Amino acid sequence: MNKASEVRLINLGKKFGEVEAVKDVNLTIERGDFFTFLGPSGCGKTTLLRMIAGFTRPDQGTILFDGVEVNDIPPWKRDVGMVFQSYALWPHLSVFENVAFGLKERNLPKAVVQEKTLRALSMVNLEGLERRRPSELSGGQQQRVALARTLVIEPRLLLLDEPLSNLDAKLRIQMRQELVRIQRDLGITSIYVTHDQEEALTLSTRIAVMSKGHVVQVGSPKEIYENPKSQEVADFVGTSNFFSGSVVEELKDKLRVRTEEGVMLAVERQPELPLGIGSNLLLNIRPESFRISDADEVSSGENRVEGVVKTSAYLGSLVQYEVEVSGGKRVKVNLVNPRKKSLLREGERVSLTFSSEDVIAIPFGR
Amino acid sequence: MLRNKLKEIDLSQSLIFLILLALLFTFILYPLIRVLYVAFTEADSLSLSHFINFFERALFKESFLNSLSAGLMAVIFGSLISLPLAFFTIKYDFKGRTLIQTLGILPLVMPPFVGAVALQLILGRSGVFNLLLLKWFGTSVPFMEGLRGVIIVQTLHYFPFIFLNASASLANVDPSLEEMAQNMGSHGLRLFRRVTLPLMMPGYVAGILLVFIRVIDDLGTPLMLNYTKMLAPQAYLRVTTIGVEDKAGYVICVIMVVLSLLSLWGAMKFLSLSEYAMVQRGGAGTPISKKIGGWRLVFVLVFCFFVLGVSLLPHLGIFVLSFAKVWSFSILPKSYTLNHYVEIFFRTPHFVKNTLLYCLLAAGIDVLLGSVIAFLLIRGKVFGKGLLDAIATMPLAIPGVVLATGYLRVFHGTNLPFFHQPLTSLWIILVIAYSARRLPYTLRSCYASIQQIHISLEEAALNLGANRRKTFFRITFPLMTGGLIAGGLLAFITSSVELASTIMLVPRMEYGPLSYGIYIYMQSAVGRGPGAALGVVAILLVATGTYLVNRVFAGGSGTAFKL
Ligand SMILES: Nc1ncnc2c1ncn2[C@@H]1O[C@H](COP(=O)(O)OP(=O)(O)OP(=O)(O)O)[C@@H](O)[C@H]1O
Ligand SMILES: [Mg+2]
Repeated sequence: MNKASEVRLINLGKKFGEVEAVKDVNLTIERGDFFTFLGPSGCGKTTLLRMIAGFTRPDQGTILFDGVEVNDIPPWKRDVGMVFQSYALWPHLSVFENVAFGLKERNLPKAVVQEKTLRALSMVNLEGLERRRPSELSGGQQQRVALARTLVIEPRLLLLDEPLSNLDAKLRIQMRQELVRIQRDLGITSIYVTHDQEEALTLSTRIAVMSKGHVVQVGSPKEIYENPKSQEVADFVGTSNFFSGSVVEELKDKLRVRTEEGVMLAVERQPELPLGIGSNLLLNIRPESFRISDADEVSSGENRVEGVVKTSAYLGSLVQYEVEVSGGKRVKVNLVNPRKKSLLREGERVSLTFSSEDVIAIPFGR
Repeated sequence: MLRNKLKEIDLSQSLIFLILLALLFTFILYPLIRVLYVAFTEADSLSLSHFINFFERALFKESFLNSLSAGLMAVIFGSLISLPLAFFTIKYDFKGRTLIQTLGILPLVMPPFVGAVALQLILGRSGVFNLLLLKWFGTSVPFMEGLRGVIIVQTLHYFPFIFLNASASLANVDPSLEEMAQNMGSHGLRLFRRVTLPLMMPGYVAGILLVFIRVIDDLGTPLMLNYTKMLAPQAYLRVTTIGVEDKAGYVICVIMVVLSLLSLWGAMKFLSLSEYAMVQRGGAGTPISKKIGGWRLVFVLVFCFFVLGVSLLPHLGIFVLSFAKVWSFSILPKSYTLNHYVEIFFRTPHFVKNTLLYCLLAAGIDVLLGSVIAFLLIRGKVFGKGLLDAIATMPLAIPGVVLATGYLRVFHGTNLPFFHQPLTSLWIILVIAYSARRLPYTLRSCYASIQQIHISLEEAALNLGANRRKTFFRITFPLMTGGLIAGGLLAFITSSVELASTIMLVPRMEYGPLSYGIYIYMQSAVGRGPGAALGVVAILLVATGTYLVNRVFAGGSGTAFKL
């Protein structure tokens, strides 16, 4: 699809009475992006999306589609497609009529409406259900109808507000893949809203993490996960083990950091983080970065902490441990593919090793 | 299987059930059956000859068509008033919106036959409006003549039913369904036609069917306007002037019941349908009400206040009349007096007193029956609940004239054991008629409030050793008081302005209640003042009752008037 748009948000803000739902959002969403707004409930994602769709008027700032301001353009002229969390299928219309609605609104000839509608339905694998009412469909099927209805008008922009949140876990994963397939096939610029970090990571080309109305970090899924710029982001995306400490020694390409618990850790030196001796920082180690070895086993890892297994949870594909290290701090440790190893028992002493590259440094206080 | 079922049946409940069934049968179903029987038999064998006769007689055919067209017109004009009102007050955000919503139900607090008198003063041949027209333009418009007058009165009185139902269903339309349509490129009238209207349709249709039922039922308005070529007045005249043996009266009754039943059936069907448009789960569901200003706001305000102003004219008219010494052939009364109130409170106080007595009794009976029936329907362990429900709901579709005719037919000839006179000679017959007519409303109200009570609350009590009867009176009953009070009030206010069954069943002048008093007074020119004063009392009674019902329901204005 060649009419996919680029979207720019400049200083966008919206207040509901005292509540600042969205504050100072500045972003560019590239043509063909699958862009996700990720954040906890109430952080303003829906409000942002509704401003882009034109349902809510921004109090301040500008929305540009391909460089043209659209603030004053009403929703029915914006040519964006939105998929609501509740699907918003019209109960008085059949599946066919639901999907054909937007085409009829554009006064296309009957034959074209027919052809495009059927094609859209087949794109979401719903052939043969044209005559049904929305109430006669399963949740997943309703979801597909909502998607087909939006895609059939070939909008310049696709907006999706937690479209998968009403589906069960299995279907959600299946729909995720289909969504990605369709989006990549059509090349349509898509803006997706979710509070599910896994969904955001698998679907998106780029992610904006939101908190309390602000965008706190923008980046590719890999950047967001591996290089969170604040504790907030690190905490929200994935599971984290935080240590706070200060730099005690500078080496050629590494820093040595003493944590509050008194553990010495080696951290990769990063050019964008100029940290001298004595500067405070927050360290984050993802649970899957650890390797576990028996306490007396020697390991060549650069970092090594000792601890006692406190809890363990067997999840099939992985085992989750909580290990108490010095200072009474508990760290979460994931061990993948546990079949090959024997499980650790609670109370057992272990030593955790991990590479300095797996320690994510976040400047303190930011 | 069967044994298990039998085990679940509670004996004492079954006894109560049978007593209730007997009561409802005697006072609701049996009179109706007798009416049907008379209408469908000729010399004790089944026959349609009376119906054929009916449609062969020009007067009856005309009455039938008039009733239908009055219903249709009231619905059309009512919609023309109500749909814009509902749309403006739900979809637009402006100052005065709540006031309009409140004023919109006020027409209901005036009994329609009182409204008829008042409108004649204002729009009638020598009413204020025509006097002004004569003075300014030398011409007059016969608004209130014949069927036209009936239609105007009924439209102005009943349109709030459409307004309330249309508003409720409009407000219930999930806003995301409309936003989605906007997102697809639809807006304005097109969006209304393609999405909003179809979604609010079921609730709206239910509203118009209710209006239709009431128009068919309404005896007071045509009688007051002296226009008798409609079904209800024809039935009334046949039965009261020619006598209980006249077949034609029964045939008309059957036709009225059929029309009402069809409408009621339709209304229920549409109401259950209307739920599908309701707000779905999740999503941002803030109703779209647009702030408006400028010429749009002016247009909306002018429309609303014009319509409401006209519909509140009768209230004003009756109020002025009740204080007027003489008011004829003049734009406003020449002098004012309190004598009419002295008359009704001191010389003929029985009208007001009787109303209070009968309607309180009827309300009490309805609350008792309603709560017990509702309890049995929801929690009871007995066979045949459906039957009980059906008979108790039936009065919704039995016009007052029909019920009264049935009572006359069944109870007129036979003396009661201890009273040595027939039931129809005792004032208690009015209480019974009111109770029967209003039972469906009270039952609904009780039903709703019992349904809200979670069964575990009762089970907890049973578990603590209270028996079933104790549980009902100590747990269930107190919890449902709100619904009971509302149901009782509803029965009270609607009974206090019931005219159709009243004028047919009042055994003697001094047993007459308020509505009867108004009717009698309004027959003569000198009686119009006191009649109007009684009308004001009726309005105040209904207004207070309505206000209280809404307080109890706490469901916003007008909850009580939705089916
Ligand atoms: N119409 C409104 N009126 C008043 N406050 C609103 C309105 N819409 C949203 N808010 C407030 O704005 C804030 C952001 O709401 P928003 O719906 O955008 O959150 P969200 O990120 O979509 O949350 P969720 O994940 O729960 O859907 C919340 O505090 C909410 O209460
Ligand atoms: Mg949301």
